[in-house]
Amino acid sequence: MTTTAVREAVEERRSAGALHTIRRGLRLSPELRRGLPGTLLIALVATAGRVIVPVAIQQVIDGGLVEDGVDMTFVLQMTTLALVAVAVTAGATGWMHLRLARVAETALSGIRIRAFRHIHDLSMLHQASEQRGVLVSRVTSDVDQISRFMQWAGLMLLVNGGQALLALVVMLILSVPLGLVVLALVPFISLMIRWFQSRLEIAYLTVRERVGRMLALLAETVVGAPVIRAYGVEERTRTQLEDAIENHRRSAVRAGTLSATFSGSAEFASAFVVAAVVVVGTILAVNGQTSVGTVVAFLFLVQLFVQPVQILGEAVNEAQTAVAGWRRVLDILDIAPDVADPGPDGVTLPHEPLGVRFDSVVFRYPRAGQRADEASASPALRETSVVIEPEQNVAVVGETGSGKTTFAKLLTRLMDPSEGTVLIAGVDAREVRFNSLRDRVVMVPQEGVLFRGTIADNVAMGSPEASKAELAETFHRLGLSDWLEELAQGLDTPVGERGSALSVGERQLVTLVRAAVANPDLLVLDEATSAVDPATEVRISRTLGELTTGRTVVTIAHRISTAEKADRVLVFDDGRIVQDGTHSELVEQGGVYGRLFDSWQRGTT
Amino acid sequence: MPPSDPTPIPTDSVRMGKGLDLIKRQLRRAPREFLVGGIGTVLYAAMTIVSSYVLGWVTDEVLFPAVDAGDVGTATLAGAAAAVLGVSALRGAGIALRRLGAYHAQFRLQYRDRVEVTDRYLRLPVEWHRKHSTGQLLANANEDVEAASFIAAPLPMAFGVLLMLVVTGILLLITDPFLALIGFMMGPALFIANFTYQRRMRAVAATAQRLRAEVADIAHESFDAALVVKTLGREDAEVGRFGERSDALRDRMVEVGRLRAMFDPIIEALPNVAILAVLAVGALRVDQGLLTPGALVTFAILFRLVAMPMRVFGWLLGELPRSVVGMERVESVLSETGDVVYGTKAPDDNGGATSTASTVGYLYPETEHVDLSATEGAVVPSDDRDRRGVDEITLNVRAGKTVAIVGPTGSGKSTIAHLLVRLFDPDRGVVSLDGHGLVDLDRDALARSVSIVFQETFLFNESVHENITLGEPFTDQEVVSAARLARAHDFVTQLDDGYATVVGERGASLSGGQRQRIALARALVRKPRLLVLDDATSAIDPAIEGEILEGLANLDTTVVIVAYRRSSIVLADEVIYVEDGRVVDRGSHDDLYGRLPAYRRLIDAYGKLEEPA
Repeated sequence: MTTTAVREAVEERRSAGALHTIRRGLRLSPELRRGLPGTLLIALVATAGRVIVPVAIQQVIDGGLVEDGVDMTFVLQMTTLALVAVAVTAGATGWMHLRLARVAETALSGIRIRAFRHIHDLSMLHQASEQRGVLVSRVTSDVDQISRFMQWAGLMLLVNGGQALLALVVMLILSVPLGLVVLALVPFISLMIRWFQSRLEIAYLTVRERVGRMLALLAETVVGAPVIRAYGVEERTRTQLEDAIENHRRSAVRAGTLSATFSGSAEFASAFVVAAVVVVGTILAVNGQTSVGTVVAFLFLVQLFVQPVQILGEAVNEAQTAVAGWRRVLDILDIAPDVADPGPDGVTLPHEPLGVRFDSVVFRYPRAGQRADEASASPALRETSVVIEPEQNVAVVGETGSGKTTFAKLLTRLMDPSEGTVLIAGVDAREVRFNSLRDRVVMVPQEGVLFRGTIADNVAMGSPEASKAELAETFHRLGLSDWLEELAQGLDTPVGERGSALSVGERQLVTLVRAAVANPDLLVLDEATSAVDPATEVRISRTLGELTTGRTVVTIAHRISTAEKADRVLVFDDGRIVQDGTHSELVEQGGVYGRLFDSWQRGTT
Repeated sequence: MPPSDPTPIPTDSVRMGKGLDLIKRQLRRAPREFLVGGIGTVLYAAMTIVSSYVLGWVTDEVLFPAVDAGDVGTATLAGAAAAVLGVSALRGAGIALRRLGAYHAQFRLQYRDRVEVTDRYLRLPVEWHRKHSTGQLLANANEDVEAASFIAAPLPMAFGVLLMLVVTGILLLITDPFLALIGFMMGPALFIANFTYQRRMRAVAATAQRLRAEVADIAHESFDAALVVKTLGREDAEVGRFGERSDALRDRMVEVGRLRAMFDPIIEALPNVAILAVLAVGALRVDQGLLTPGALVTFAILFRLVAMPMRVFGWLLGELPRSVVGMERVESVLSETGDVVYGTKAPDDNGGATSTASTVGYLYPETEHVDLSATEGAVVPSDDRDRRGVDEITLNVRAGKTVAIVGPTGSGKSTIAHLLVRLFDPDRGVVSLDGHGLVDLDRDALARSVSIVFQETFLFNESVHENITLGEPFTDQEVVSAARLARAHDFVTQLDDGYATVVGERGASLSGGQRQRIALARALVRKPRLLVLDDATSAIDPAIEGEILEGLANLDTTVVIVAYRRSSIVLADEVIYVEDGRVVDRGSHDDLYGRLPAYRRLIDAYGKLEEPA
């Protein structure tokens, strides 16, 4: 990223505004404001305590050290009083920490869960595989950043801001003219803060960009190790890596240098305030307009007043990161789900084999944040009208990008069409209640997607109320009892993370059984392409045979044998159905299907 | 990026001894930076002490006399102001230098460790990579390096505070030993509070860290399975599962807050309590005529100056265990040996190569971590049962021929492919190219002569052109003709920027078949004399695959393909059938199909997999 680009990004963020983000955030999480007045009150007490000690020192010196000795009673009274103040401060600080932690963490867990739910509610369009990592960070690291900020830097800013304010108030109470002297220097200090802050923001933004670049390269080096080795490109990779690591170091050092200079300058700036207090204070004291003790107290109070500036340099980075994270979470929550549940008013599908009709359906992939009916890209599915009768077994065939997957997603209402209507059992799919739709229409994705847990857990997802015996019965009905018996713990065998304890083929088996347990009326299958061992292959095809009888089935077919067995084959090419008929009819017709069949035959003979 | 293993945080003080080793190591690795930080911190410490004297002097010699006299000279005032400013300027410079040194040291350390760790990654054999999970290797090069360098931030400051402590300790003792003793009683109290705080916080923080990883795992799993969640209407169940862990994390974080709520105020209050004690006792001693008021003021300020920053030891103590763990993990990578050693011989330069393996045995090393996110790049076999490697393989691929290696899952096909191009070195036996043992060949010569294409394609986040050339100076024409041969040219030219299109992380913007074709072009542009395709065309349409393989047959290249599809197998001049890590038989497809029932069963089973799409 060039410096100008970084500057632009900063400008853009400014215009979007940190305050704006915080307001939006508070609107979405009103619980963040719970008990806020009380907490602020306690915070006030806590910061007040931090100012008390210097005041006590002033009182001891001023009132205790009288000319002919020491008024010990007074000194003891004052120190005892101050001690009580210190204790109260400590109590208040602790209480404030606790209240803030409770409120913030509760609200953040709420946001986390809400964002998680919302991501699931968004249509598949927003869940393209390359974005999954990004989506995960919306509900993890982004929220963690807000949490870290609230528990550390945010708290620090709050307390220190309060401290500066209180110190100023006490100074003004002690001596108005001397307080005004301090106040007069504030604009200069603010100018300095602004100067550093704007540069720090850019510097930290650059650091984050470069960390990203470095991490991406690191990941490539680790994940791509075999390719790097096989092609002997270690030197190239090393150069790229070293550049990225060095660039990161440079940017981090630059930000660090700015921050260090900021701290040093803040120290020097505070010296001007102290010098001013000494000069003006002495003159005022000489003229009897203020006491010596007041001047001494000022020397302390000025420190309390300027100290928070030093902390700013370190808090800027965290505040920036937190606000950016918060905005990313809010941006996700702001995307309206484009495939919406009509809710209780929606239609309930009958429990019988379902017919499907596509009525002049067009689909264009929208850009992020757009709905399909607003999309302007060239259509992935061109105007398509087709009727699938109940209990028909349809194979959908075509090359990658031909529109067959789009067709399947529209069929199951994972997406809504840009134009036209998809009707299930004669009802516009958009008007069917989600509960009913997900109950009656089930799609089995290509690769066996399993969750950590046992085989029973995974299969029972199809029908959560099914008993163990019912599950076992399904396995039996599908002729899979022998396979189940081969497993160490039968139904209770853990499948491992993402099903890793099972082979690819076994994972497919489990997902098919899951679909069987769900007992849908319309089944959409995305046939697997990965090769599995012959024994499992036999089981899979037997299971499929069982599963597909008595239902409406649409299979995205990758095998000619599947198409051969289907009642009807739909051939997709370039976003349209170009052929429609039985296998033998289509072979006779030739065309796209004929070509596919030829190449397959060449392979088998 | 896969979730990295959370850094285990040692719960006992056993590692504290190693803390010194860590400090020594890091001081040695960035001496100049720490020197600057040290100078800064000395300047800061000295000026901090001087400044309290200046303030004491101003109070005693300027303020009180002026009030007593009822008059003050301009010169005296100017002198006082100049003294305050001068000392502060130096102190500010000290602060800046100290932090500058710390930052420079921290990032110099990170730079050195990262470069060295990644250099290990690039030199250690592919086997070593297989033994470690992606998440772990990434964490070693990133979080662990960072953790080891964290120590640089509090180190100069801690050094400075220690210095100040010693100097002020002496000064305070000289001023008033009795008062000094009272004040310094705070030290042990502060240490105990800090130590208890850090110990309890570590336990809670470790649990929170684990929960954070679990929350991320659930999110990963759930979003990966989004399609299933949606089509089965499992959203509520998923939210319940996620919410339960998220709330558990919340409870831990509230616990973190509670610990802070308990200890932070105590640690902050202790110096104040000590100051008040000093004041009360000090006033008594002024009363007794043992101390001047000015000396008491100086004492109070001086004391406050050292009391507050003593917290830095708590900081140092808190960072130390994590840094030690980071350093240990980094060091364990740096001390790994067994770099791939290359010979100096070069194989012949033209025509297809002869590739042979004689009685080759290879067993996969024990995997230390099983990480399923690491399946890209084909180093991790398709499932656990594929870890056996090969028992005894003898084969001979003649120059210019195309040979298919066929066998059931887990029979060792992929291992053979890796062995033929020296991604692994065999435990027994010899793999050679044109009669030279692979281990005797020069690295660049080997890379020029052989190319392998994996089933799981790996593309870099660069342009299509760069993904094909990998930085080698191939002409555009060479790139295009390789892409044509791989049947990639047509779709590449349709991309927004043609060959200049950046493919996204891991080639995310392309389909599986498109990625495979680019990977194939990457191999072909090198005009390898031995081309090994490890199920490298599995996502490509059979019709296109057929065209590609026919194109390859016309090249002057020896081709070894690991394949499942009958259509690819029948194009081979010879088929080698392997089972359980051994060559069972070899011959033409028709011969094997006729005489080997196992082969026939396999081909028939996969025959059903023929893809029209």
